[in-house]
Amino acid sequence: METEVVHTNFKSEEYFINMGPQHPATHGVLRLLLTIDGEIIKKVEPDLGYIHRSIEKMCERDSYQQIVHLTDRMDYLSANINNEAVCLAVENALQLEIPDRVQVIRTIIGELTRIASHCLWWGVMGMDVGALTTYFYGFRDREMINDIMEETCGARLTMNYNVPGGLMHDIHPNFVKRVKDFVAHFKTKLPEYDRLLTENIIFKKRMIGVGILSKEDAISFGASGPVGRASGYSCDVRIHHPYSAIDKVTFNEALRTEGDTYARYLVRIQEMWESLSIIEQLIDVIPEGEHRVVTNAVIKLPKGEYYQKVETARGELGVYIISTGTKNPYRLKFRSPGFSNLSLLNHIAVGGKIGDLVATMATLDLVIPDIDR
Amino acid sequence: MSYFSDIYQGIKTLLTGMSVTGKYFVNSRKGAITQQYPDNRDTLKMFERFRGEVIMPHTEDNEHRCTGCQKCEIACPNGTIEIIWDRGIDEETGKKKKKIDQFVYHLSMCTMCGLCIDVCPTDAIKWGQNFENSVYDRSALTRVLNKPGSKLMAGVED
Amino acid sequence: MIQLRITEHIHNWLSGMMSEGAVSIVEMVLIAIVYLTVFAIAGLFLVLLERRVAAWFQLRIGPNRVGFQGLLQTMADAIKLLTKELTGTEKADKFLYNLAPYFVIISALMALAVIPFTKEFHAFDINIGIFFLIAISSIGVIGILLGGWSSNNKFAMIGAMRSGVQTISYELSVGLSLLTMVVITGTLQLSEIIEFQKNGWLIVQGHIPAIIAFMVFMISGTAETNRAPFDMVEAESELGAGFHTEYSGMKFAYFFLAEFINMFIISAIAATIFFGGWLSPFGITESIPELGVFWFLAKTMVLVFLMMWFRWTFPRLRVDQLLTLEWKYLLPINLVNIVLMAVLVWLNLTIRL
Repeated sequence: METEVVHTNFKSEEYFINMGPQHPATHGVLRLLLTIDGEIIKKVEPDLGYIHRSIEKMCERDSYQQIVHLTDRMDYLSANINNEAVCLAVENALQLEIPDRVQVIRTIIGELTRIASHCLWWGVMGMDVGALTTYFYGFRDREMINDIMEETCGARLTMNYNVPGGLMHDIHPNFVKRVKDFVAHFKTKLPEYDRLLTENIIFKKRMIGVGILSKEDAISFGASGPVGRASGYSCDVRIHHPYSAIDKVTFNEALRTEGDTYARYLVRIQEMWESLSIIEQLIDVIPEGEHRVVTNAVIKLPKGEYYQKVETARGELGVYIISTGTKNPYRLKFRSPGFSNLSLLNHIAVGGKIGDLVATMATLDLVIPDIDR
Repeated sequence: MSYFSDIYQGIKTLLTGMSVTGKYFVNSRKGAITQQYPDNRDTLKMFERFRGEVIMPHTEDNEHRCTGCQKCEIACPNGTIEIIWDRGIDEETGKKKKKIDQFVYHLSMCTMCGLCIDVCPTDAIKWGQNFENSVYDRSALTRVLNKPGSKLMAGVED
Repeated sequence: MIQLRITEHIHNWLSGMMSEGAVSIVEMVLIAIVYLTVFAIAGLFLVLLERRVAAWFQLRIGPNRVGFQGLLQTMADAIKLLTKELTGTEKADKFLYNLAPYFVIISALMALAVIPFTKEFHAFDINIGIFFLIAISSIGVIGILLGGWSSNNKFAMIGAMRSGVQTISYELSVGLSLLTMVVITGTLQLSEIIEFQKNGWLIVQGHIPAIIAFMVFMISGTAETNRAPFDMVEAESELGAGFHTEYSGMKFAYFFLAEFINMFIISAIAATIFFGGWLSPFGITESIPELGVFWFLAKTMVLVFLMMWFRWTFPRLRVDQLLTLEWKYLLPINLVNIVLMAVLVWLNLTIRL
């Protein structure tokens, strides 16, 4: 007697496409297995691990000052904020008193990094949808921030400027002037971005109503950052659990309720405006003081578990350290924002077309090394 | 009626978008941000804190400041620095003292984190600004930072 | 009037050497060689122009190293493409796979033959000029569909199907907008249309409907040639590269060149019909008709620049949005426009200078 094998998850009129690890639209090495019927997507399955470098295992071998330079390479677009997360975790565990100057400078550099990341996101968003010149305009503005970082920290992408205890060296004398020039310049550029892309009718038709994520789904999938805020879920770590000098400034949280790709786009544009206002409030009042608190050469955290949350450009990054009192952590885990944001891709892309998938992935703003670590 | 307002809105936003790129086209001569790299080497100046590679500055008498304390070797996360040292008799005090034979620096493994320069007590190593480090032979990336025949500058203690 | 009479001289020289039949065959071969040269040089120049114009929009400098200001850049690219290996899939239908690029090249060349460059420089002046142009541009679709089908690659086939649908839909708009202008002139022959425009360009003569027809023609022309913002079929950030995924080397160069020549042809038709062809504005250089080549090329280059401006500013339309645009917006506007133009001509409301 023969039993017939019935394939339940693959019908005969569907076909199977591999959006492979090397692809211009998946920002990094991400493999997506798509099951498509004509033009409609039936299932999306991400396949991760192509850039796994065992960062968390390396952190078990390194001392706390050396862990900081590994976090640069996770989510490389908000490298300063990642460094700040580990440094804050260690400083809070050791109960060090960090001078005001360090806190204010860390906040300013963090917001500059956020603007740089969103500039790159805007450029790549335009490129994915088809407007190829936006890439260059976004990068031109990012170059100014890179120059600021290079003059003060020494590097453009993997800065390694924060150390547990403060900053590696003091800011350059030109820092304040350069940041002020940049703020003045960027305020004339953001309306131009609006005129070029945001109001464009072709862009609106491709983005409105596409990839809708409801608030309950955002909370249950653990979406954070602009993805969650576009669905109405107020999840900004800077407001709910403030750190560094954030509680000294006032700013609004960018919230929308529609949850489609256009809402995610508008939330990020508004975040850029808010970051500019934070920088403006802080740049003139940097307090004098030390730029570094001297710690031991060998840092040993007391026994226990420590957790620190920060808001990167992608969402909520969490650093969880279990220490047994020695000079290396017993276990260090990063809660990466991209991992939770990627998990909702299957939920929101099903039923749409391939062009919509590209637009949705661009607004989720994934950086694959952040997911794979 | 929304048919016509749709058309009117569409044309208006499209023309606004075109005006933005048109403005950049007209100003393209002075707005171009390209630096024509190999031709502008004479005028190219990097920032002073730029992290190119690690160098050990020597004075004119071929003296450096490295006492061989190995703090940089311990601080480096991935073993980029190897110090080959031995103990010799110090001329002034007559006691045994560490001195370095070779300061081996693997440029191929360096992540430019700066922890070695941060922790050096005598400012022996600094950031160099040379970034054109490509070579045809991988063994040229393993450098010895102290020049042959150089010795420690007098008066430097760690 | 200064007339150079080049064609007469060559004809007399050749008739002195051989019989009538041989003379006409040699002349035809000469004209074919001239047009192939025009095709090649225009293609090479347009590719370089596209790259430099794109660079100026994007705040950078385009290719300017190979040759003076980069003029030899495309030559270098062409030599590189010639030396590439011609890959092919195993199960591809060999005959159709090799045949497909030639369809697009042949249709582009035939369309180029009908366009008047100046008074004497007009290869094929038949009395159904516009009709012939619209018919020939429909042959290019076959090349695309054959290329996608014979590659034996499902991405290429999807791309070819989408491209075929797009081209067939937008041909309607192209044809109807050209017919709108025929209503004023009353003749299909291209040289007569240019004679008619000695009283003022057609876009001035038929004011409002002519401007609407010009806008519709530019939009549909851009869509005909699969250029952005209508290039979903060959977009790099979508799946694969559309119908020419499996082509490499010289065959890929044919598809690529044909796209640029099609852009040139659409601009040339628009310049001929809407903007007066080789006539100078207000008849400045009427006495030297050979300068018409210069005026014609200037007008065509302005329109080519307009198409490039579209490409580097707008995002892409999705495939279903493309078809919605055509069938729900452009086609009704076109039909209403023809009626409007007919009413204008009947009531004698056209502007004559």
